[in-house]
Amino acid sequence: MENAFGQPHNVIVLGGSSDIATAIVRQLVAARTRTVVLAGRNQHLLDEAASSAAAHGATATSTVIFDAKDPDNVAATIDACFAAVREPIDLVIVAVGTLGDQDVDENNSASAAVTATVNYTWPVAALSELRGRLIAQGTGRILVISSVTAIRVSRRNYHYGAAKAGLDRYSEALAVSLEGTGVSVQILRPGFVHSKMTAGMKAVPFATTPDAIATVTVAGLASGERVIHAPRILKWVFLVLRHAPTAIWSKLGSR
Amino acid sequence: MSRQVLYGWGRTAPSAATVVEPQSAHDVTAHLHTSTAAIARGLGRSYGDAAQLAGGLVMVNRELGGISPVNPRGEVTVGAGVSIDELIRECLPQGWFVPVTPGTRQVTVGGAIAADVHGKNHHVDGSFGHHLISMELVTPTGTFTVSPTSRPELFWATVGGMGLTGVVVEATLRMLPVETDRVLVDTQRFKDLDSVMSEMLSGDHRYRYSVAWVDCMTRGASMGRAILTRGDHARRDQVEAPTLLPPRGSRITVPFDAPSGLLNPATIRLFNEAWYRAAPKSKVAQPQGIGSFFHPLDGVTAWNRLYGRRGFVQYQFAVPDSAGDAVRQSIETLSNSKVPSFLAVLKRFGEGTPGGLSFPMPGWTLALDLPVGPAALPQVLNDLDDIVLAAGGRVYLAKDSRLEAHKAHAMYPRLHEFATTCQEIDPQGILSSDLARRLQLIRK
Repeated sequence: MENAFGQPHNVIVLGGSSDIATAIVRQLVAARTRTVVLAGRNQHLLDEAASSAAAHGATATSTVIFDAKDPDNVAATIDACFAAVREPIDLVIVAVGTLGDQDVDENNSASAAVTATVNYTWPVAALSELRGRLIAQGTGRILVISSVTAIRVSRRNYHYGAAKAGLDRYSEALAVSLEGTGVSVQILRPGFVHSKMTAGMKAVPFATTPDAIATVTVAGLASGERVIHAPRILKWVFLVLRHAPTAIWSKLGSR
Repeated sequence: MSRQVLYGWGRTAPSAATVVEPQSAHDVTAHLHTSTAAIARGLGRSYGDAAQLAGGLVMVNRELGGISPVNPRGEVTVGAGVSIDELIRECLPQGWFVPVTPGTRQVTVGGAIAADVHGKNHHVDGSFGHHLISMELVTPTGTFTVSPTSRPELFWATVGGMGLTGVVVEATLRMLPVETDRVLVDTQRFKDLDSVMSEMLSGDHRYRYSVAWVDCMTRGASMGRAILTRGDHARRDQVEAPTLLPPRGSRITVPFDAPSGLLNPATIRLFNEAWYRAAPKSKVAQPQGIGSFFHPLDGVTAWNRLYGRRGFVQYQFAVPDSAGDAVRQSIETLSNSKVPSFLAVLKRFGEGTPGGLSFPMPGWTLALDLPVGPAALPQVLNDLDDIVLAAGGRVYLAKDSRLEAHKAHAMYPRLHEFATTCQEIDPQGILSSDLARRLQLIRK
């Protein structure tokens, strides 16, 4: 069970080898989390993330393999994750996502479909599956990893950004739908993060690291705020940018 | 029957459950037979997650009422859903007072048994359980009348058992005869912790009631400055125009959540300063009403809202006399960490009960109210756990909302006996709570 400070005892991560999720889990287990289930595509990367969690204090770790290109596996994947814990789940981190390749996506409809599926369809199907299960257990939190690009989609990576925008809006409404059920949804909107996903890309202003994101996220989980921006200043930056005239935005967004 | 989000008085860690209000012992039996997970709840005054059960069935006991006439020996039989407030209202005009009252009258008798509540008289009178003659307990395997002589193991496991042995539906207890509704109170101010503790050690036995309020926000020479109030029920010849009137109800209510952060180090320091200065340096035999002496916070309805949306935790521990220094260490840890803490209450404890989850032990108990919010607080309390454990002490489960399971097991070394009793009476493990799950109090 979660304690009075919003610190979970057990955590499921969908997209368990994501650098941001791994950094969040590291901080959670350093505080109180003991049981960690990591689900993802690459067994080797999951094992690495699991050992990192164990090294920081987790006493029970397990892994579940799935491929987010196929939404048909959602129910079975989540079944396997819950079966690995067998007590009420305190926190599910939905960290599934891929940046895709914008240039390829623009010219290849099959590739565009994969980017949309991994960033939107699979996570939404998973949230739909989680909703009923968490309502039944009467407790639990979901942390959806969105992106600041969801606030205003940029020319530079709009296949990714638009899918994240869809997931972000879905999660906002899901959160409202869960009021009064004991279950809550929080949305993390990180800015540009130096990670596996962005390796080789040109950094943008306010670029940060997974550990810095994790620190802000863990504080946000404790306070219960619905949307967590990391770094926090991006909340104000994007409050302005979302209303910037199109001419200015397209210049900024195509850099 | 409805689905409701429940939390404790500290308003942290909410969870949703199906809530029912059984009208009788028969209803309780029926509910236990048709659920896979269930717990009783009274007025929701335990601070943490003791009376909630995520996804399960929560039986609110308020309809289990009824107060019998008090017999000449002071024995009264009450429904488990009767509050201490209702019991005082009924019995005080007849010259009977509750043998033990916690800091609020707004707890049910069932809850008082489950948490084995204590008052300012623990050092002479023990806890609520010590004054019980018998009780009727509905369990998944049957209904039993238990007492210190009939099924004593089950009786003592139920006293302080956090509701995990069954649902108390009725209890018979022995009341305390009083001549008036006044308490004669001696008040003294102490400029540091050592002086108040030594006065309590040498002088508390002369009073039925004793409590010290300690300032945990001051450092240096005045660390732990305190106000000690001690008293006894006034006899008729000790007050002018003696009466036996029940205390007045609350006059003020907190209508909405205060902003989180209203109670911060600055405002609490200000409050503590005012509180300390308002107390007389020394005053003797001042008559006070039942309400203002025993239940000052009952004057403000929903005072827990003052802590804002994120709520607060209460941390209460007991340590043996041999480790009295743990009190100083923990106050030092708090005042050095700059975590704001409000209303620290220091009391003497006598013997606990034979139950495996009994909290008191001869020595000291300190209770702290701490607003949730400061990032350092979780770790500061983990550090306090270690101080308490090293001292051979324990944390009070009725107040807890954040202890770790392995530490709870170390603090309650006879927990396995308790778990065995639960297993015998409830082999399917139906009785449970978020607290029991968090601290792994029962075996599955």
